[in-house]
Amino acid sequence: MVLNQASLKRDGVQDYVSLRTSAIVLSLYTLFILGFFLVTPVVTFEIWQALFANIFMKVFTLLALLSIAVHTRIGLWQVLTDYVKSASTRAVLQFFLYALAFGYVAVGLFVLWGA
Amino acid sequence: MNKIVFSIYRYNPDVDKAPRMQEYTLDNPEGRDMMVLDAMLKLKEQDPTLSFRRSCREGVCGSDGFNINGKNGLGCITPLSAAGLKGGKIVIRPLPGLPVIRDLVVDMSQFYTQYEKVKPYLINDGKLPPAGEFLQSPEERAKLDGLYECILCACCSSSCPSFWWNPDKFIGPAGLLHAYRFLADSRDTATEERLNDLDDAFSVFRCHGIMNCVAVCPKGLNPTKAIGKIKSMLLNRAL
Ligand code: SF4
Ligand code: SF4
Ligand code: FES
Repeated sequence: MVLNQASLKRDGVQDYVSLRTSAIVLSLYTLFILGFFLVTPVVTFEIWQALFANIFMKVFTLLALLSIAVHTRIGLWQVLTDYVKSASTRAVLQFFLYALAFGYVAVGLFVLWGA
Repeated sequence: MNKIVFSIYRYNPDVDKAPRMQEYTLDNPEGRDMMVLDAMLKLKEQDPTLSFRRSCREGVCGSDGFNINGKNGLGCITPLSAAGLKGGKIVIRPLPGLPVIRDLVVDMSQFYTQYEKVKPYLINDGKLPPAGEFLQSPEERAKLDGLYECILCACCSSSCPSFWWNPDKFIGPAGLLHAYRFLADSRDTATEERLNDLDDAFSVFRCHGIMNCVAVCPKGLNPTKAIGKIKSMLLNRAL
């Protein structure tokens, strides 16, 4: 799925499925984080760090980061093809926005597995 | 309502530099309710240059789709009372998103091109029918209800943002309703080819379920539901 999402040509069915699965992952992640804040009376730095030390949490976060990349890529392509009719302008905009989305994932990875 | 004020979109590309809204007043001493189309016919008696299409005047031909007080509908089956007033007036514009030929007459070529793409006719390889006639069970026939009634008025497609932005690539709700009408027909044997033709990122999947089409269809049809069925068929085939 991730490899397919990296190709330039869009595939309707593939995008439809990817958009929805990534949306489910992101909703679950949001609910989980919200739930965490609700059940934890005081969130100290140690508690927060312990949460992310858990391998399950790391995998979940990685999944959420990849979902953001996939979701924004498809979503932005749809919005840009709706509103930007010049192919060259769209290519430039797409490049910058995708680079930004990639940047978020990269930063997330460094935060997860960095120092 | 002894006097009804209309504000109607006027544009004659041969003469006018830009479109304008023109006001008309209709005397209605008895305060009678009437269809928007009947009122417009009376206005046309006042001003014969006012142009619009109409034919059957009973919601069958699909000629008189207009944007009435911001909502697409057929003039002939929309009563003035149902249209309501917008700032004390009844505001009539051409169907949005389609090129204007003159006043309320729009160029429907894009709409018909998309309709043509879905091959809106029965395709049968000749293996199915028994000698004589195509037989269909009442259940099979019932699958076409809510699909075959479309009169191609374009109220739906011209209210759909996805169709406004990509009228060359997205089939639009009317065309897709017809696509599903033939996909669902037990006598049609071209299901695979039909799905192949629709299987890209634009034709079907540009529908984001906004449901403007359902809100405006004067025949009470539900293109979004039909589009959902096509999406499931494409999905099932891919999984
Ligand atoms: S689906 Fe309804 S609104 Fe759309 S063209 Fe057919 S009759 Fe008109
Ligand atoms: S449901 Fe789909 S076809 Fe209907 S108006 Fe919305 S985007 Fe257009
Ligand atoms: S005039 Fe035929 S549908 Fe209104």
